[in-house]
Amino acid sequence: MSASIATSQTILVVGGGISGMTAALEAAECGKQVILAEKLPTLGGRTALLYRYFPKMCHPTCGLEINLKRLKGNPKLRVMTMTEVAAVSGSRGDYTVTLKVKPRYVTEACTACGDCGNAVSAEIPNPANYGLDRIKAAYLPHGMAYPQRYVIDPTIVGTPEGEKAKAACKAGAVDLAMQEETVELKVGSVVWATGWRPYDAAKIQPYGYGRIPNVVTSLEFERMADPHGPTSGRLLRADGKEAKNVAFIQCAGSRDENHLRHCSRICCMASLKQTHYVREACGEEGKSTIYYIDIRAIDRFEDFYQSVQNDPTVTFVKSKVARIAFNEQTGNPVLHGVDTEGYKRYATEHDLVVLAVGMEPEVTGVKLPEDIVLDSSNFIEGSKSGGMFGAGSAASPLDVNRSVQSATAASLKAIQVIHKTASTEAA
Amino acid sequence: MTTANQTAIAKYKNSFLKEVEANVEEGHWVRMCMQCGVCAGSCPLGNAWAHPPQELFMMIRAGKREEVLASDSMWMCTSCYNCIVRCPRKLPITHIMHGLANYAHRLGIAPKGQPTRETATLFWNNLIKKGRVNELTFSLALYFKDGFVQGIKNALNMQAVGLGLVKARRLNPMEILGGHGVKDQAGFKAMIEKARQIEDRKKGFAK
Ligand SMILES: Cc1cc2nc3c(=O)[nH]c(=O)nc-3n(C[C@H](O)[C@H](O)[C@H](O)COP(=O)(O)OP(=O)(O)OC[C@H]3O[C@@H](n4cnc5c(N)ncnc54)[C@H](O)[C@@H]3O)c2cc1C
Repeated sequence: MSASIATSQTILVVGGGISGMTAALEAAECGKQVILAEKLPTLGGRTALLYRYFPKMCHPTCGLEINLKRLKGNPKLRVMTMTEVAAVSGSRGDYTVTLKVKPRYVTEACTACGDCGNAVSAEIPNPANYGLDRIKAAYLPHGMAYPQRYVIDPTIVGTPEGEKAKAACKAGAVDLAMQEETVELKVGSVVWATGWRPYDAAKIQPYGYGRIPNVVTSLEFERMADPHGPTSGRLLRADGKEAKNVAFIQCAGSRDENHLRHCSRICCMASLKQTHYVREACGEEGKSTIYYIDIRAIDRFEDFYQSVQNDPTVTFVKSKVARIAFNEQTGNPVLHGVDTEGYKRYATEHDLVVLAVGMEPEVTGVKLPEDIVLDSSNFIEGSKSGGMFGAGSAASPLDVNRSVQSATAASLKAIQVIHKTASTEAA
Repeated sequence: MTTANQTAIAKYKNSFLKEVEANVEEGHWVRMCMQCGVCAGSCPLGNAWAHPPQELFMMIRAGKREEVLASDSMWMCTSCYNCIVRCPRKLPITHIMHGLANYAHRLGIAPKGQPTRETATLFWNNLIKKGRVNELTFSLALYFKDGFVQGIKNALNMQAVGLGLVKARRLNPMEILGGHGVKDQAGFKAMIEKARQIEDRKKGFAK
């Protein structure tokens, strides 16, 4: 892999979610050289794993497709998947970055025909469905994957299964000898669009996630509602029963000194949105109950909140659930708590409980360059010398719309760094 | 002569919250409550309370002075600490409950005959005599707190336990004669007196 294309006038964008794609495109469309590094085999990030998104309830294809079209047509932008940043040295305008590129075992010759997937029988937990179902160990990450190129899971490399995939490929694209590569690049500015990850719900002990059946996270619920998801869009529990009476628990891990201190901001809107999924799946028979401390329908979304309030199938209970028990007979989780409106104790059964888990920065626990400045919740504020920027949900818990705004802003700042370097180099 | 209660009412006329913040142990935390209800829902004795902690905090902020101080709710707290562990805002709820109970007690408006209050008073009065708890006289005081006849009944009921404790050398019958104490009685009294002065000053009871 040649590193010569990058110079101190190149911008590196780390993370290929909606924010990273946006930041990279804005800079590239302004004529800057951009490298977009994504650690997974596909761009799209977490947005691609939503069923629909608020406020317009469109499918994620909408936003992603436009970005992919812009991206394919832009010669200034180079996408590197399965690539992580191992080290950054230097300072504003003059960074040296070390990238680690993992082997995909499939070359650019791949036509995404799917023969390799058909040939192998080994399966792995499906990353696109948070492991709720399994897929073949030679797979396309999801329908919207970019690049549209298969991946061979390292677990079958060096086994007869790997050889089956290789033998099945008519394009000769399977290369089982691929090794991890290290690439060093010079760049002038770095935009960190590394996004978020869900707070580990199992840490919220009284909610019994992982212990009590039919308690799922809001992310898993997105997948359950999606026709491409593990239950083909039906709200089915593990025991096969259809979930009609669904509870949503807000602030599961957010606004809590024992977990995440910050308000994750999008979870109220996410649960309000997900009541639509219950309605879509069960119609008038569906029942959604939102347990909340206070509803924060951020910014201009108050009307969305009001429309959900007007839905007779949706009930709001002003209370943070204290604990979840389990009814062996019905297989239902039982929610215990005290309702703040009247201070009445309740013990209420639901078919399914959705924990609106908080967002924590994906870089939590990851070693970042010393220069990076984080806030008290590990969101990226920028860098001391001003050459690196946080964008989107890596910088603050943001929805897609606001992530895109934040990414555009970060991109403009990176462009300014490049302009400064360029003018000093010219002088 | 005005009582401590009347003085406090006059001083904090319109703000019970300010009164609690100034005079109740850990009372300054009350305004941090966000009314989520996790304390109330996590309390194993929740059924026994007229007002769970969350409600008490709201009542304090709403200025419901009489209802709060005369309530027996905070006396129900068994110090299990579930609420402190779970509170998303890390309020020291257990301590606030004891602080409220103590404040109401000192103002003389805590519920009469409330068992926790009576037991705690007997315990304190016993301890304060010699700096050590005399378990024999303390048990007897507890048995007889509701009158002579009830006392005899209680003592007979507990007879087997008492004899068992004597046999296991956990209870010394000779304690009836006055019992053991700390060595430096004068020093102990002086220390308690000083502590009382400091607390009175802090909680608005200083003369
Ligand atoms: C349950 C739920 C429902 C939601 N619903 C909506 C909705 O309906 N509407 C809406 O607007 N928003 C919604 N959101 C919020 C939305 O998911 C985020 O706004 C969006 O994902 C932010 O995009 P991003 O690019 O900043 O981060 P991400 O989507 O997290 O993308 C970050 C990318 O960076 C990559 N990456 C991370 N670390 C590295 C690294 N070290 N090196 C290289 N690459 C790296 C990741 O693999 C990922 O591809 C929802 C969130 C939740 C939790």
